[in-house]
Amino acid sequence: MDNPITIVFNGQDRQISAGLTVEQLLQEAAINSRFVAVELNGEILPRDQRNQREVQARDVIEVVTLVGGG
Amino acid sequence: MTQNLSVSEQVRYSRHLMLPEIGIAGQLRLKESAVLLIGLGGLGSPLAMYLAAAGIGRLGLVDPDRVDLSNLQRQIIHSTTNAEQLKVDSAAATIRDLNPHVKVECYPVRFDISNAESLAAPYDVIIDGTDNFATRYLVNDIAVMQQKPNIYGSILRFEGQATVLNYKGGPCYRCIFPTPPPSGLIPSCGEAGVIGVLPGLIGMIQATEAIKVLLNANDTLQGRLLCVDAWKMKFRELKIRRNPQCSVCGDQPSITTLRDENYVNTCETLVPVTISMPLKLSIHEYRELRENQTPHILIDVREEFEFLTCNLGGKLIPLSKLKEHLVQLPKTAMIVVHCKSGGRSATAAKLLCDHGFEQVCNLEGGILAWIDQIDPSLPKY
Repeated sequence: MDNPITIVFNGQDRQISAGLTVEQLLQEAAINSRFVAVELNGEILPRDQRNQREVQARDVIEVVTLVGGG
Repeated sequence: MTQNLSVSEQVRYSRHLMLPEIGIAGQLRLKESAVLLIGLGGLGSPLAMYLAAAGIGRLGLVDPDRVDLSNLQRQIIHSTTNAEQLKVDSAAATIRDLNPHVKVECYPVRFDISNAESLAAPYDVIIDGTDNFATRYLVNDIAVMQQKPNIYGSILRFEGQATVLNYKGGPCYRCIFPTPPPSGLIPSCGEAGVIGVLPGLIGMIQATEAIKVLLNANDTLQGRLLCVDAWKMKFRELKIRRNPQCSVCGDQPSITTLRDENYVNTCETLVPVTISMPLKLSIHEYRELRENQTPHILIDVREEFEFLTCNLGGKLIPLSKLKEHLVQLPKTAMIVVHCKSGGRSATAAKLLCDHGFEQVCNLEGGILAWIDQIDPSLPKY
């Protein structure tokens, strides 16, 4: 991995390559981004910004998947 | 205020009356309230019982199903002797036993576009205890259209979520998850399982929030999506906000009547499934893929004893068990399957493609070819 950076992903430290967008990070984690909500540093990241926002060192990212059972 | 509490009600609710946040005024408010509970399954069971015990005046129960033996691991409002009864009747009997002051209204129907408006109209608060996305989005949208708080909860496996939607300027479900997922993408509890206590945990959080909303409380889960991992017993919260661009509660909504959205077709049927063909992956192509750190999921479809002998670090899912694990695998990710020499994995790859997985590769020659061509240090068997 070139220039890895450390982020907190779903509550755990994780090393990722620098320069990934949030969307690319989701893909790398094999997460289908259509059906998740992403919180970045305490705020929901709007869907249209996932392709633009680059993940920075020390970002705190929480991903919540749709859950449908009852 | 038109009603009063009888002596027996004062005794029954005495622990509420002691609380300054409730008191006689609050208890009367609960007595004058009407709550529509959609779904009498895992979430609906504790919800109905605690709301009834709390003295909600009128409880509407919506569920078309009958009690099945497989429900009783979590749906504790029903009982073994009530198997095969309509869930609304079974629940109503338990509620009447628990608190005869509660007026119960039973609707043994599926909550759908034809009845949603008239069912929801006579109630103050709607509670989402449904088990499918089509109904969830319908419940959300009718709550927005009728300007009623929607107490949301959902569960799967060990994971639960709860929040208060459409309350005091807060978000609706579509602000967080704008569109329903296609059918089959996200499994139901019937397909993926659920630990029986989880709907109890989440349903009671919903019941707590429903009571607080009826009491006009400010410190509710509004604006916070509570996520529970019951296996790790960890709670986390996501800050959620109303989205001004939301298609139903936004400033310029595109969904203003239930006819603007096709609730059945978006979730349940008519989802086009593209069937792909498995790709053949040579050992050297696979080595390149690993070296380039191309994201993929490696699945080893051999038996456990073979895996213990030697493996490539894949996820062990024996071919015979693959079908039951499909729901855990992402449909759009690249999946590479392998076995000992390529036969079983070809069957597995075909099965994955037939179930709508989009990028499936079969490792030709299997682990034996890998040992011969790449890594002779692994034991051959």
